[in-house]
Amino acid sequence: MSASTPRVAVVKFASCDGCQLTLLDCEDELLGIAGAVDIVHFLEAGGPVLSGPYDLAIVEGSITTAHDAARIRELREQAKVLVSIGACATAGGIQALRNAADVQEYASVVYAHPEYLRTLATSTPISSHVVVDVELRGCPVDKGQLLHVISAYLLGRPPRLDSSPVCVECKRRGTTCVLVAHGTPCLGPVTHGGCGALCPAFDRGCFGCFGPADTVNAGALVGRLRHDVSPGTVTRLFHTFATDAPGFREVHALEEVDP
Amino acid sequence: MTSQTLAEIDRVVLPAAGLDDLFDSLHAEGYPVLGPTVRDGAIVIGPITSSDDLPRGWGDEQDAGVYRLVRRDDDAYFGFAAPAGTWKRHLFPAHSILWRARVVRGAPVIEENEDHPGRRALVGIRGCDLAAVAVQDRVLLHGAHPDPVYSARRADLLLVGVACGTPASTCFCTSMGTGPSVGGGADIAMTELDAEDPARHRFLLEARTDAGRAVVARVSARTATAADDDAADAVVRRAGSRITRTVDNAGLPEALRAGAEHPRWDDVAERCLSCGSCTMVCPTCFCTDVRDEPNVLAGTDDRVRVWASCFELGHSYLHGGSVRPSPSARYRQWATHKFSTWWDQFGTSGCVGCGRCIAWCPVGIDVTEEIRAVAAGPTQEQGVADGRHDDG
Ligand code: SF4
Ligand code: SF4
Ligand code: SF4
Ligand code: SF4
Repeated sequence: MSASTPRVAVVKFASCDGCQLTLLDCEDELLGIAGAVDIVHFLEAGGPVLSGPYDLAIVEGSITTAHDAARIRELREQAKVLVSIGACATAGGIQALRNAADVQEYASVVYAHPEYLRTLATSTPISSHVVVDVELRGCPVDKGQLLHVISAYLLGRPPRLDSSPVCVECKRRGTTCVLVAHGTPCLGPVTHGGCGALCPAFDRGCFGCFGPADTVNAGALVGRLRHDVSPGTVTRLFHTFATDAPGFREVHALEEVDP
Repeated sequence: MTSQTLAEIDRVVLPAAGLDDLFDSLHAEGYPVLGPTVRDGAIVIGPITSSDDLPRGWGDEQDAGVYRLVRRDDDAYFGFAAPAGTWKRHLFPAHSILWRARVVRGAPVIEENEDHPGRRALVGIRGCDLAAVAVQDRVLLHGAHPDPVYSARRADLLLVGVACGTPASTCFCTSMGTGPSVGGGADIAMTELDAEDPARHRFLLEARTDAGRAVVARVSARTATAADDDAADAVVRRAGSRITRTVDNAGLPEALRAGAEHPRWDDVAERCLSCGSCTMVCPTCFCTDVRDEPNVLAGTDDRVRVWASCFELGHSYLHGGSVRPSPSARYRQWATHKFSTWWDQFGTSGCVGCGRCIAWCPVGIDVTEEIRAVAAGPTQEQGVADGRHDDG
C-alpha cells in the first residue's frame, strides 16, 4: 500500500454485527476498490487489528458502557473522518428500549448475576458522544448507500444522501401502498428513506428501521394506524430499531394520554 | 376513399370476445402495449400482451385514504376508476439517467441518455389521465426547453382512451372538465358496452387520428349503429351522474391567493404527514431532484434525476435553510400550485380530478375539502406568513 492509500478501520460497539455484514456483503465491490483503501482494522472480517491514526473510521453500534464511551472518544481522536452506520450507531438501536425503562430491573430478569454487569442506564447514538461526519441509517444499513459513501469519500466529495421519507421512495419504486390498499400498518410516512422502500416492495409495512424522517407527525399517523390495529400494536411498531429517536420516542407518551 | 367508408372505419363495434383483435392490430402496427392489469391487490399499469392481462371482472372501491380491489358481478374489462399506478412513470420516469460521464484514454467523455422506447400504445387511459398527459405536455414538451427524456417517451405514443363507466367516490373529473368521456388527445376512443350480458358485451371504437385509423382498419368489426352510439352516450351520462365530489373553479385561483393566511392551512398541517404520496401519485406533478451517482468500480458518474415532492423539507432548501419549513406552508404550496398558480404558469388548472391524491393519502386528506374551506373565506387569525412563523 502506498503512503497515500487511506487507512480504514471498521469498529464495533453495542450491536449485532449486521451492518458490518452488509459491508462484507459488498465483497465484489470492495475487491474492486481494494487497491484504493487499506483496511487496517476489521475484527468481524478476521482482518488485522492495527492502531490508529485512521483516515476513515466506520463505526457500528451504540454506546452502552462507560468503557465504550471512552473508547469512542479515543477513536474520534484517531480518525480523520468518522462514519456511523446503522440504527444502533445513529439512534441507539433496539437496546435503547432501556432508556424508557429501569435497566436494573431488565438486567435482573435477563441475567443470573446482574451484579457483574457494568452498564450505563442508556443506549445512545455515537453522535451523542462525538462529532460524526456522516450518519447512515437502517437496520441494517443499505448496501447501495454504504458504497455511495465510500465512493464519495474516495472521490473527495460529500456524499449525497437523500432525505426523502420512505413513502416517496415507495412511490418512485412503483409499489402499491400496503397501508391504503391492504390496511397493513406502515411507518413509511414518518420514516427516513434510504432503503428504497424495501419492506413495502415485499408486501410488508415499513417498521421504521431508518428512524424518523425530516418531518414527523407521529400523532396523525398513530390515529390512522389505530383504524386497523390496536393502540398497543401501534406503540410497539414505533418502538423497535429507532425506539429512542426523537419523533418516535414520544409515541409512548401518546398511548398514555390516549390509550 | 369516400366519406362513407371513412365513417365506417372511424366508428366500429368489436365484440368483447374479439378484443384480442385490437391487441393483434396494435402489435401488427408495431406498438407494444401498456395498460391496466392486476398486481399486488390493485390495478396498476403494466405490459399487456393480450386481453388476458386486463383486469377482467375486477373493480375498485376508492375513498379518502382507502383503496380496495373488488370483484365485479360482470366481466367488464375496464370496470374501475383511476388505476393505482400512473401512466406518468412511463413518460416521465421516476428515475432517469440524464447523462453518464466516464474517462476514456485520460479524457472525460459525456454520454447523453439516448434511450428511445419507440412506438408504444397506452390502452385504457381515462379522460382524466389523458388530460394529465396534455398538462405535462404543456410543461415538458411545449416550453422553451423541451425535456429530452419526456420528449423521447412521448413521441410515437398511441393513446387509446376508454370512457369511464364506473367512477370512484374520489373522482371529480366532471368539475375539472376532463371526463368521464374520452376527451382530446386520444388516437382511438373506446366505450365498453353491456358488460353484464355476454351476448351483447362489446366495444365501440372511434378512430380519431390517422395513426388510430391504421389500427382500427385492421380490426374485424362491424360499423357502429345509432343504437351503439346511444348506448355509449348512456354509459358516460350514467357515470357522470354518479360523481359526487366537486370543485368550483369559478374564482378559485383568486380566492386561494387571497387565502394565503387562512388558518385552515395550519389545521390541515395537523393532519398531514408530509409523506409526499399525494404528489407522487398525481399524474401532473413533475418536480424532480438531480444528483450524481458515482460508481468507482465502473469508473462512471451518472447524473440522475428522480421524482421529488414539495412536501419534502429539502425541496425548498436554499442557502441557510428551507423556504417552507412548516408542513402548513408545504401543504399550501401544493394545493395552491395545483388550483391557482398553475393557471398563471401554464394557463390551465394543475388538477385533472383523478382523485388519486385523496385515495392514496395515508390519512385521507381530501384536497377538494381543504381548498373549499380556504376559498370560503376569511377566518384570518394568525397565518402561515411566508412559512417562517414556526418550526424553522
Ligand atoms: S406502503 Fe408505506 S411507505 Fe409505501 S406509500 Fe404506503 S405508507 Fe408509504
Ligand atoms: S421499509 Fe422501513 S423497516 Fe423496511 S428496511 Fe426500509 S426503513 Fe427499514
Ligand atoms: S391534484 Fe389530486 S385529483 Fe388533481 S390531478 Fe393531482 S392527484 Fe389527481
Ligand atoms: S396530504 Fe396526505 S399524501 Fe399528501 S403529504 Fe399530507 S399526508 Fe401525505
